Amino acid sequence: MADIDNRPLRFLLQAFNYSLFMGLIWFFSNSPSVSLIGENEARITIAFAHAGQLREPCRMLSQEELNKLAPNMRKIDDCPRERSPVVIEAKLDGKSVYSASLPPPGLFGDGGVDVFYSAKIPAGQHQLDMKMNDSVRVEGFNHQFARQVTVEPAQILLIAFDSKSGFVIRPVIK
Amino acid sequence: MIINPLKRVYLALESWFNLSFGSEWNPLYHLGTLSFFLFWIILVSGIYLFVPFHGSLEGAHASVEAITYQQWYAGGVMRSLHRYASDAVIVTVLLHMFKEFASGRYRGFRWFSWVTGIPNLWMIVTIGITGYWLVWDEMAQFIAVGSAQLMDALPIFSGAMTRNFVSGGMTDRFFILIEFLHLLGQPMLLMFMLWLHVKRLSNVNINPPRGLAIGTFVALLALSLAAPATSHAPANLGWVPSEIHIDWFYLNVYPLLEIWPAGQVWILTIGLTLLLMMVPWILPKKDGPKAVVDLEHCNGCGICFEDCPFDAITLRARTDGARYDHEVVVDPALCAACGICAGSCPASNPFRTPRGELKTGIDMPQLRVDELRRITREVIEQMSTDVKIVVFGCEHGIDVLGLESDDTRGVKLICSGMLPPTLVEYALKYGADGVMVTGCRQNDCYYRFGNRWTKLRFDGERKPSLRARAERERIIMHGAAEPDAPAIKKDLIAFRERLCKLRELARVEAGK
Repeated sequence: MADIDNRPLRFLLQAFNYSLFMGLIWFFSNSPSVSLIGENEARITIAFAHAGQLREPCRMLSQEELNKLAPNMRKIDDCPRERSPVVIEAKLDGKSVYSASLPPPGLFGDGGVDVFYSAKIPAGQHQLDMKMNDSVRVEGFNHQFARQVTVEPAQILLIAFDSKSGFVIRPVIK
Repeated sequence: MIINPLKRVYLALESWFNLSFGSEWNPLYHLGTLSFFLFWIILVSGIYLFVPFHGSLEGAHASVEAITYQQWYAGGVMRSLHRYASDAVIVTVLLHMFKEFASGRYRGFRWFSWVTGIPNLWMIVTIGITGYWLVWDEMAQFIAVGSAQLMDALPIFSGAMTRNFVSGGMTDRFFILIEFLHLLGQPMLLMFMLWLHVKRLSNVNINPPRGLAIGTFVALLALSLAAPATSHAPANLGWVPSEIHIDWFYLNVYPLLEIWPAGQVWILTIGLTLLLMMVPWILPKKDGPKAVVDLEHCNGCGICFEDCPFDAITLRARTDGARYDHEVVVDPALCAACGICAGSCPASNPFRTPRGELKTGIDMPQLRVDELRRITREVIEQMSTDVKIVVFGCEHGIDVLGLESDDTRGVKLICSGMLPPTLVEYALKYGADGVMVTGCRQNDCYYRFGNRWTKLRFDGERKPSLRARAERERIIMHGAAEPDAPAIKKDLIAFRERLCKLRELARVEAGK
């Protein structure tokens, strides 16, 4: 197809092409929309960082053992670095929604674990049960939390943990 | 000639744009420069937006809203231009990729430009992502959480990043990092990558024709006024945004995270990227033998150095003791084997040695200028008609042998740019009544500049130029692709009629 000599017709066709181009840009710059959550759905998120307890307790060295060490190396206790895995279990209305055993990261298994779980749940009232074991020296779960919670549609039920307060439901502000 | 379906689609698009924009303004011939022009719009509007923008969790959304609504006539328009020009860049870059792929300009000597081009697309996408992040609305929240999921799927983060995007986990410091990336880090890296992308090209132009630039800007301005870019509600990490009007040009990966785990999304994107980058080797094409310099016939004039579209020729100090200052050197790794250098060499003059072998300063082993001269003589001698037409044509345009008839013979070139203008004069002197030169469609040479240099040489605007003694009415140029065969045949008929009239006129003149 050759060029058109008729300038007005050429500009008209150019305007048509530009309109098509801009129409394409406008449409895909915000459509089609993505729905992230259903009308009566909410989200549960478990998110925290936690280091398991040491696998073995620190041991005090005897005087004899200390004498064998160089004077500048005489630390009175010996603490093995390896930590316990963090075992976590979350139940909602009696049903398990999340269950994991997270080994400590790091070359010597001495790092803290990052717990992250997120899933959609129906909005409304739920019975939440959280259990966690962070020590191989304890049988069963050494941290437990049970609470009736009410989540509104689209709300995020955020469950965190800190070593002082244990499990907490973070305040959510709309 | 069988054309692959993708090329057929491209040629149809090209024809349509040639019809409306003309070959000078055809956007498909200026996709690279158009992308640069859009970057300028993005840069200028971005600087304007940066001044009143408040880069903090609390202030970002409010400041963007103020820019959008309180000064809709300036800030609002600038924001829309910033957004729509960014979207347009994705279209121009994708079209650029499609064009290069459909017309086979991605393999052989072009592998480097193809391979370095693919990461550019991702780089642009990531700049767009951090840009959307800065608005800190529900879409930014969606991007933030999605990006964190993607990062956490990599072994280096292991879940630590997503935790930032739960209620109370985000700080201004992280926001400032994103701001730094968007405003400085990513654009600098993109500039470096763009430099790398065009490194093997010479005469790189970054400005589109003025008419096309004005048209594009006016169209973007009209769209900005008609449908100003707006934000979602402010981000709130305690709530899930229900519906997001995402920008599909930049954020198309994120909805996948609602269906697939982040690891699978990585596999898909990395796999697709690697596949695209490996295309030059999956569908390989062997380049022809590279240009060869014959120092005995090279005076180091540097015209081939000026004309080489791929920066494969360099000038250096003479090494053979000849009286000239320079000699040229061909880098075989960069040479496209197009032959444009052979066409530009003043020594490729067929009149130099009418009987003996024609040796030139730089030549193509697969089709030496001497061979070209011999073929030209032969095809002229094959015709016994009143009017004799020689059609020189390149390998990537129309098939010149398909145009042959009793009074028309074709001579195939690697590129129309390898035709020394003196060979046209030679053909006319040794029996041809007319010469037609065809190449790729005008302004869209497979080897970048072949048809452009040829036209300039014929018009006397570039060395070596066609001498004044060559009768211009006996020479026509027609850039054409395979679908243009009917048009070129029509041109050929008209040309034949013109040559017949010239012959008649010459007879009358001789009779007087």
